[in-house]
Amino acid sequence: MTDVPFTRNEMMIVAAARELAGQRVCFVGVGLPNIAVNLAKRTVAPDMELVYEAGVFGARPARLPLSIGDPTIVTGATSVVSMHELFSFYLQGGLIDVGFLGAAQIDRFGNINTTVIGDYDAPTTRLPGSGGACEIAINARQVFVIMRQSARSFVERIDFRTSPGNLGGAEQAERIRGEGGWLGRGPSVVVTDLGIWHFDDDGEMRLDSLHPGASLEDVRSSVHWAPKLAASLATTPPPTDEELRLIREELDPGGAYTR
Amino acid sequence: MSDSKVASMHDAVAELVRDGDTVAIEGFTHLISFAAGHEIIRQGRRDLTLARMTPDLVYDQMVAAGVARKLIFSWLGNPGVGGLGGIRRRIEAATSAPGGGDGRLPRLEVEEYSHFGMVARYTAGAANLPFMPLRSYFETDLPTANPQIREIDSPYGDGKVYAVPPLKPDVSIVHAQRADRDGNTQIWGLLGCQKEAAFAADRVVVVVEELVDEAVIRADPNRTIIPGLIVDAVVVEPYGAHPSYVQGAYDRDNRFYLEWDAITKDEAALQAWLREWVLDVDGRAAYIDKLGPDRVAALRPSGTAPSGVVDYGAYR
Repeated sequence: MTDVPFTRNEMMIVAAARELAGQRVCFVGVGLPNIAVNLAKRTVAPDMELVYEAGVFGARPARLPLSIGDPTIVTGATSVVSMHELFSFYLQGGLIDVGFLGAAQIDRFGNINTTVIGDYDAPTTRLPGSGGACEIAINARQVFVIMRQSARSFVERIDFRTSPGNLGGAEQAERIRGEGGWLGRGPSVVVTDLGIWHFDDDGEMRLDSLHPGASLEDVRSSVHWAPKLAASLATTPPPTDEELRLIREELDPGGAYTR
Repeated sequence: MSDSKVASMHDAVAELVRDGDTVAIEGFTHLISFAAGHEIIRQGRRDLTLARMTPDLVYDQMVAAGVARKLIFSWLGNPGVGGLGGIRRRIEAATSAPGGGDGRLPRLEVEEYSHFGMVARYTAGAANLPFMPLRSYFETDLPTANPQIREIDSPYGDGKVYAVPPLKPDVSIVHAQRADRDGNTQIWGLLGCQKEAAFAADRVVVVVEELVDEAVIRADPNRTIIPGLIVDAVVVEPYGAHPSYVQGAYDRDNRFYLEWDAITKDEAALQAWLREWVLDVDGRAAYIDKLGPDRVAALRPSGTAPSGVVDYGAYR
């Protein structure tokens, strides 16, 4: 436990990093996943291999990469390969245990939109698009998501399906994955600034842990559906002094991710 | 070989980049030829189709300058920072109507893939194949948004995959650490899809930090990703990738990427930037002078990290 005050973003990053304990190979997405995975590498998952879509296997970033194409992911890495090789042999070939993604919109089954808000041909907001997220969601063994939770992001219907989650529910998703020979089993965790969600037998998000300082009212007012709650809802242990030190002094001294 | 491939950026663009071309300036965060993008703007090319996995600041600048009619891409943003306003304003509904009857530039046409899809397109183009199959796009809206992404049955009866068509740019422009006079080009660090984009293209321009003797290339053939055989012009342009980076030479100018976030949100600020830093600047050397020695010096790596030396052996 700590008496040091922390922000909701710091709690989110710490909780996401802890979820990676025991994972072997992680494909690191742009944005928040980047800092969460780098924190995990320094804490709960020191032996985890970091894979970046830019073409790096076994990255050992000496500083937090601001982008996922930073030169620090190259120096000291195990292997630097072409992007064709990265996507074909490492991802499609089945070597990725966790694909760690961000999202602009998500629905209760973990389907993700990072393409547009509004109509595709005349969007009100043009978002970045897939990048590698679409193929990561299909080919990584499981998908972790980290995102801030709000009434704009946790929606009943996403405006565009960029990356498939549990489709219309677990039954349909399992059938389609089986018929299509997908390697991925879909999303397994969504970490937000309010709590930690896992997926139940119906393939639907269930809130298992609430972060300190967040209330159920915060959760309900930021979700467009009636959210499922765990029978015994946990409270996420707050960040330790060491986790906060790593974020503030080593990973993000400028506060780019945590403000 | 003669010196004929070594050209100034002005001459390479004047000769090899034409109105209406499909142009690929690749480089994944690393090795992005801003110098070429700026020269294309200065020479006033029009109606280009710009292909690039990650339309970075360079395509935001080119689109805002009015050189493009279409964008082919897979991730649109300022990596690690935010959005690209110059491009977004040409896509979002709230801007101008198609045709630009209000005097503004017309809507930008977009053709969108995932990263793997773009890599596969260049690979098919380079290998002269009608399509490349991949295990992506299942149960997404991408094939609806872009009908060029098509589901096909495996000819061996073991299920469905998606196909993407070849992408064959008229011209690909590749920034690299070094090349010889014939265009034999070596890159280390992130390779992006520079090789695939070069082999897929009709014309190839390589832009290098350093021109080296053929013997330097031949001493380390594993590092050569583009042979002079497919290269039309070699431009020597130190710091030609700024504000992106060159592994081992200079870091990404993150300050500029952060500053761009404010510039790109405001069309007037963006146009003023283009005037000050592109149109009124006489080439890359002048741009680097204007940037100033302190800003440039601060981008040097904090230390060295040389590779080990391997022995290829002599076999006579």
